[in-house]
Amino acid sequence: MIDPRIVTELERIVGKKRVLTASEELAVYAYDGTWYEERPDVVVNPMSAQEVSSILQLAVRERIPVVPRGAGTGLAGGSVAVQGGIALNMAPMNRILEVDTVNAVAVAQPGVVTQHLQEAVERRSLFYPPDPASLKQCTIGGNVAMNAGGPRGLKYGVTMDYVLGLEVVVPNGDILRLGGKSIKNVTGYSLTQLFVGSEGTLGVITGVTVKLLPLPRARGVALAVFPEMARAANIVTVILGAGIVPSTIEIMDNTTIKCIEAYVHQGLPTDVEALILAEVDGDEAAVRAQLDEVVHICMANGARSVNKATTTAAMEELWLARRSVSPSLARMRPNKLGEDISVPRAAIVPMVERVHQIARRNQLTIALFGHISDGNLHPNILFDRRDPADMERVKKAAEEIFVAATSLGGTLSGEHGIGLLKREFLPFDLSPQVIDAMRQVKLAFDPHNILNPGKVFPTGEGGLPIPRS
Amino acid sequence: MNEEIPLRAEGRRERDTEYENILKCIRCGVCLPVCPTYEESTRESESPRGRVALVKGLFEGTLQITPNLERLLYICLDCRACQTVCPTGVRIGELVIAGRVKIEEEKTKQPLLRKALRTAVFDWALADHSNLELAMVPARLYQLLGLQSFVRTTGILKPLGKLDLMERFMPRLPARSLRQEIEEVTPAKGDKKYRVGFFLGCVMSTVFADASRATLNVLTRNGCEVFMPKQIRCCGAPLFSEGEHERPKAMARKNIDLFLSADVDVIVTDCAACGAELKLYGELFDGDPEYAGKASAFSAKVLDVSEFLAHLLETNPLNTRLEKTVTYHEPCHLAHAQGVSKAPRRLMEALPGVKLVEMSRSNWCCGSAGTYTFSHTEYSMSFLDAKIASAVATGADAIVSGNPGCVLQLLYGLERHNAKMPVLYFSQLVEEAYNAVPASARVEQGVAAGPQGSATGKGAGSGGIR
Repeated sequence: MIDPRIVTELERIVGKKRVLTASEELAVYAYDGTWYEERPDVVVNPMSAQEVSSILQLAVRERIPVVPRGAGTGLAGGSVAVQGGIALNMAPMNRILEVDTVNAVAVAQPGVVTQHLQEAVERRSLFYPPDPASLKQCTIGGNVAMNAGGPRGLKYGVTMDYVLGLEVVVPNGDILRLGGKSIKNVTGYSLTQLFVGSEGTLGVITGVTVKLLPLPRARGVALAVFPEMARAANIVTVILGAGIVPSTIEIMDNTTIKCIEAYVHQGLPTDVEALILAEVDGDEAAVRAQLDEVVHICMANGARSVNKATTTAAMEELWLARRSVSPSLARMRPNKLGEDISVPRAAIVPMVERVHQIARRNQLTIALFGHISDGNLHPNILFDRRDPADMERVKKAAEEIFVAATSLGGTLSGEHGIGLLKREFLPFDLSPQVIDAMRQVKLAFDPHNILNPGKVFPTGEGGLPIPRS
Repeated sequence: MNEEIPLRAEGRRERDTEYENILKCIRCGVCLPVCPTYEESTRESESPRGRVALVKGLFEGTLQITPNLERLLYICLDCRACQTVCPTGVRIGELVIAGRVKIEEEKTKQPLLRKALRTAVFDWALADHSNLELAMVPARLYQLLGLQSFVRTTGILKPLGKLDLMERFMPRLPARSLRQEIEEVTPAKGDKKYRVGFFLGCVMSTVFADASRATLNVLTRNGCEVFMPKQIRCCGAPLFSEGEHERPKAMARKNIDLFLSADVDVIVTDCAACGAELKLYGELFDGDPEYAGKASAFSAKVLDVSEFLAHLLETNPLNTRLEKTVTYHEPCHLAHAQGVSKAPRRLMEALPGVKLVEMSRSNWCCGSAGTYTFSHTEYSMSFLDAKIASAVATGADAIVSGNPGCVLQLLYGLERHNAKMPVLYFSQLVEEAYNAVPASARVEQGVAAGPQGSATGKGAGSGGIR
């Protein structure tokens, strides 16, 4: 229970209606997109940077944890209030403040839903490319805090490649206005980039300025069937080697294909080792030429067949398999643990092999799919949380996947972030000196460790944190 | 049957217990952007994902029943848009109802007036169709239901302030209900192809008798012998959504017996809310030693009128042409509860000359949602205003829909915005198409009638509701 005196103070800052303490209100801010659940002591809905500043000053004075959250769709447990305290709900700050067509930038409050931002700029023929799978419901503030990625990573990069400016409130109450609309900016340290991917541990994002591109005029999609995984995994190198940079190349392995087919009944071939989905974009003529070339390359490099499409309806049909991955997997077993390791291109083939070995060794079903063009793979372990033996195997397999990725020169997380889920594995990837340097940065901004405590840094408890229930 | 009817083409469901279903929520948040109340409030407790967590807390005992929890569960429109998009098959709307059932069960103290109204509405008016018609004389069904719901949510005196809204909301009622008027069996016109059970819902029979008469006409014109049992009971939907359980099940048993004993090929309803409930009878009696099989057999025969008419008109196309632009408002009870979204569009496309112009967010709730208009007026009006704006923006000649709750709400909204657009039920549009110019004579008549050629179809009996 939080001290009623503090609740009263919070109410004075943001108004009575925007402070929630009833258990049924706390219960719905206890989770994100993972299985973790911990109720905050109070939910506060600020509507301005000034209000956030006052809240943080109060929290520092009273040493209360503050956990910022957007839509609560994260996949790392990043916005779960593991130590209770204040859940700072940024979702109601959801106005797009400006779409500046001359400078090709947009300015938004953190609670703006990513797709709303995309639609708003696309109406002006501009393009905000980062496309996390949750873009219909996640927020731009959350995207910045976690440095979210998506399938378009290879050609268009991730959230950090678009953030030109931020408004951030730090624990001492200062409101920092960083960067701006200039494309080039090397004045001082790039604090803007420091806050991108800081997972709510350094400051609270209250405003975002992103750069925009011209909206591509056309798109084209190819879906290729590969009997052999090794040749499918190698196709990225061949396509890029031919001078084509697709906006997306996705892979689905045999386990994934079988799961999709069991759910969608689309007539996918379940006897093959992989499907490759490639999308190209640009001017119409270029798209047509590139798409033909992609088809040709796939056929010459191990594909059994390739379908292509350039109309919206036909493209959606080809995308259906990929878009159905998550729901299909969710229906196979009660729970799934979706990892997002990222490896250099040359390590894709061995990484895929390792994941399959780990699945066999631990007698687990692991579906492998993901953004193969940038080496960001999603091994999804399927299991039943209520089965303790299952849980032990899951813990072990998760750890083995991290070891495999880092030993191949890759990294723990390509786009979900570390949060709670992967904090204990940080030393697999980063040297003690690097972790220490990060701790120094954290101390500089948040000396009392009130912002999102228990995230990113290892606690020494070891392994994958397993929730109580 | 001489042609196979494609039963349950859309909207297949999985079966599991309520608690198993709760555990399927992976909290991805895909439901957030389709939820009208979440869009309005940006409060997680007013979102589908939040509601699953609330019901989970109730089931697991980690949340106690409080006035606020009750309020939160009743804010849900039960539009089930979330169920349509849920990737893991969580039946969120139904879980909310399960939560309400729990609340109603565990409530020991019920205010006296509320209890009396419950008895009046549920035991007397809805239990027997002829009582319902009696009830319509002094009080009118919707007012009765609305008042009942008000007493529940706001106490006793407050509803008096909204009587005015209710009064303006109600259209003028026909003198006689359709059920009193028609025979139990209406013969097919021409060769009999099907024996159709017509589930004539309470509100359709009393408030929208003209629309259901159109359904009867269109069915018989298509070679259907129509059976409409006089002993028909309420489908049970209004009672279930108020957290009742045993009383509506008794009504369901009666309906099952009535239609199964009549040996019909298919059971058609022109009320999407009834259809949604009737299709659930099979699940409702899951494991019931006597009724499990019967209920499943009953539910398997149920089709919305749009599904059946799409089938009939695709196999026997019309030879008339109706020049009319329409836009379609998808009833939640059809699109989300029944998962039927394509059939109504196929039906409209099967009518020569009819052009469907899609409104934005056609499958978003209009804010009617049973008695939501009266219980949550502010939200309801906000959803309604958005709906009317998207309908008007299409420039269509009429709105087509298929649920009495929606139609009442749309009519009220059109009046509120001073917009002159008729609202048609599927059958009314089809009947209008039947009465339109024969396709062969179209060229001559089209010239005579000028650009307003569609006027020919009007005044032929069915027409719009206003």
